[in-house]
Amino acid sequence: MTDVHADTGTRSPDGDAVADVSTTSTLISQKRQEELADRAVRVAARGSKPERIVSARVSVRLRLVEIWRARELLVFLTRKEIKVRYKNSVLGFLWSMLNPALTLAVFYILFTYFLPNHIPFFVIYMFSAMLVWNLFQTALLGGTTSVVVNAGIVKKVAFPREILVLAQVGSGFVYFFYQSLVMLGFMIAFRHGPAWSDIWILIPALAALIVFVSALAIFLSAVNVYLRDTQHLVEVLLVAWFWAIPVVYAFSGRVQAALQRHTIFFIPHTRLIWLYFSNPITPVVMTFQRFFYNIWNARSTLLTPATLATPARPAVPATATTPALPAIKATPAVPAHHLPISVMSHYPIHWYVGADLAVLGVSVLLFLGALVVFGHLEGNFAEEL
Amino acid sequence: MTSNIAVDVVDVSKRFRLYHEKYYSLKERVLHLGNNPYEDFWALNDISFEVAEGQTVGILGRNGSGKSTLLKCMSGILQPTKGKIVVRGALAALLELGAGFQPELSGRDNIYLNASLLGLSRRDIARRFDDIVAFAELEEFIDNQVRFYSSGMYVRLGFAVAVNVEPDVLLIDEVLAVGDERFQEKCLDRIHQFQAEGRTIVVVSHSVALVRQVCDRVVVIENGKVITVGPPGEAIRAFRNCLLAGEVPVALPPEEPDEPGAGEPVVLPERRVVITDVVARHSGPPGRDFLSPGDTLHLELQFQVNEPLSDVAFGCEVLAGSTGFVVYSCDSSMPEFGQIHDLDPGRYRVEFDFDELPLLDQTYTINVWIQDAGGGVVHARLEPATTFAVVSSGRSTGLMKVPLRIELSALSASGSAVTAAG
Repeated sequence: MTDVHADTGTRSPDGDAVADVSTTSTLISQKRQEELADRAVRVAARGSKPERIVSARVSVRLRLVEIWRARELLVFLTRKEIKVRYKNSVLGFLWSMLNPALTLAVFYILFTYFLPNHIPFFVIYMFSAMLVWNLFQTALLGGTTSVVVNAGIVKKVAFPREILVLAQVGSGFVYFFYQSLVMLGFMIAFRHGPAWSDIWILIPALAALIVFVSALAIFLSAVNVYLRDTQHLVEVLLVAWFWAIPVVYAFSGRVQAALQRHTIFFIPHTRLIWLYFSNPITPVVMTFQRFFYNIWNARSTLLTPATLATPARPAVPATATTPALPAIKATPAVPAHHLPISVMSHYPIHWYVGADLAVLGVSVLLFLGALVVFGHLEGNFAEEL
Repeated sequence: MTSNIAVDVVDVSKRFRLYHEKYYSLKERVLHLGNNPYEDFWALNDISFEVAEGQTVGILGRNGSGKSTLLKCMSGILQPTKGKIVVRGALAALLELGAGFQPELSGRDNIYLNASLLGLSRRDIARRFDDIVAFAELEEFIDNQVRFYSSGMYVRLGFAVAVNVEPDVLLIDEVLAVGDERFQEKCLDRIHQFQAEGRTIVVVSHSVALVRQVCDRVVVIENGKVITVGPPGEAIRAFRNCLLAGEVPVALPPEEPDEPGAGEPVVLPERRVVITDVVARHSGPPGRDFLSPGDTLHLELQFQVNEPLSDVAFGCEVLAGSTGFVVYSCDSSMPEFGQIHDLDPGRYRVEFDFDELPLLDQTYTINVWIQDAGGGVVHARLEPATTFAVVSSGRSTGLMKVPLRIELSALSASGSAVTAAG
């Protein structure tokens, strides 16, 4: 620094100029030192800060912390998701209800008039399952494609990318909420009361569902970046999955009996019902039906709506405490057209809670596993997209 | 300076797999399983350096040197293949303005979304919302959908959000250095304000001028490796060396007379004149490979004339850096030189002496040529005759070092007014 100022100085015609320049330069350096010292003070004033590590391997705990820190972003992204989807459409938000309503109408007409399944209050029965299914389906499909769809942000902004997936789950949950309102409308119209005293069983069921779908969607969204087939595969699988849960048919009775009779792929001493109950959505759906539908067999329909609102609990002994493998009392297979049919199994309330908690437990492990996989694959998102 | 480290880059390497063909579908993946040729490309190689809190660090490197990859790793957009980066404090990376803007949403919604993506909390956004809108000058349009914004409004909004994110550590890519002058000034103002507030800044650039202007320390990267870490002057010199390494050296090797024109850029087909040698010397200490403002430069051109020529003049021009801006151009037939020569066949030497080159930080190129004084015919031209870098130790920018003094005098001031000029 000094040689240049000296340079300029020597080329100046008079000696005064030399002095001036050097004084100015010391003044400048003084000023600079003051500035730096001042800055140091301000640095100190800023206090201690959280630490963040970027490396090929990031611990799951750290990932969870990052996701938690970005919770406000989750809210904004969820809101964006909902706003953008129905922007510039005349019916707008109504579409989120019209779509399931149409499905409901088609299935209702089909299974009431053409292929009667003799389920009383079929709309309520089906809608309570559809609430779960719609949330699962929207969140899973949206979540799987979320990273690829948001490539622009993923490549340019650093934030926990799991949030993109969770925002899809979040928006699915918002639609779920609005559909629940529609459900309430239906219940009023049909004068069919849910089991209000058991409303708390929805909490473990919803928790299990959300954690499970988040885990699956986070895993699939990362895989989808590398294998774009994934999103189409998920669509196909969802079609099959839909029939593996009791939405349009009653589980108890013929289905249950058949599941208990058949083996899994001809493996001896196995029962298809094990597979049926290893589907994590099944207990959640059954819990919802337990609350909203609240009818055990068709004879209940003979009761007046007033008594329906507060139904007598069936005095069934606790048959199973292990939820994954319920020992179900084999009910005699009754032809469907013979009343009474049993629409739902006579499980005690803690069976539902136990099953949901088991799903929740497994889902939490899956979620952590999905974070590990996501973390491994995330490193190259920016170049793969 | 405090000893706290804001960003600690430890042995960071990043490998890219360059597949000859990229397969995304399951069928293609299965078909080409284990049979998909690729090359490993290490964009970053064992990079280590530290950024102290409150420091402003520049990362210099030419295109493809890995500096943007490094920035992306620091921000967490890419994960390093090996090594780790520890960041203390909230970090915001500005790699693109308005990244993630949703055209369907209003400006208001986009401010919240974008700021949130950059790591601002809802409360902070609400507090700064009016500032952001005022900065972007979009008060009337803030509730319009962003897709109706002009590109200028779009950029302004993105910039307004970006500068209002006030992180502890700010990473800036050179994308912010594009745009019009006013825009750049705003950006620079903000950087200075951040510095004053004790924030840590990492700037990626290939602009020496910007780095010199704002940085306390500079990391020079070439081929994914750290060349130098040091104060701006020293590091910029190293960077210049890197740039020059790939170009014509200061002194050309003499050409063989019996192979006239070999490797010569532009020569007339007649080859009446062949430039055989160029030597460049500066007045600085021997061994120094750059010029300081005020150094003299001596350029010596040897050439061979093969047939008698009349009205010969010698020309030269000085071009600045990559822009090719002509700083100076002349030829000896111009009145101020008044030199026109008739030459017989033989060997000659012509010397150009620049008594002073009042230039600032840039890489400069000098081209020389031998021409007919009437214009028209260029007998021989050497492009470039030499390339040299100027490294000044001041912070002023531009092309020319203009002798300037700044003085303040108090005309009327209450109390003890400080007069800096003394």
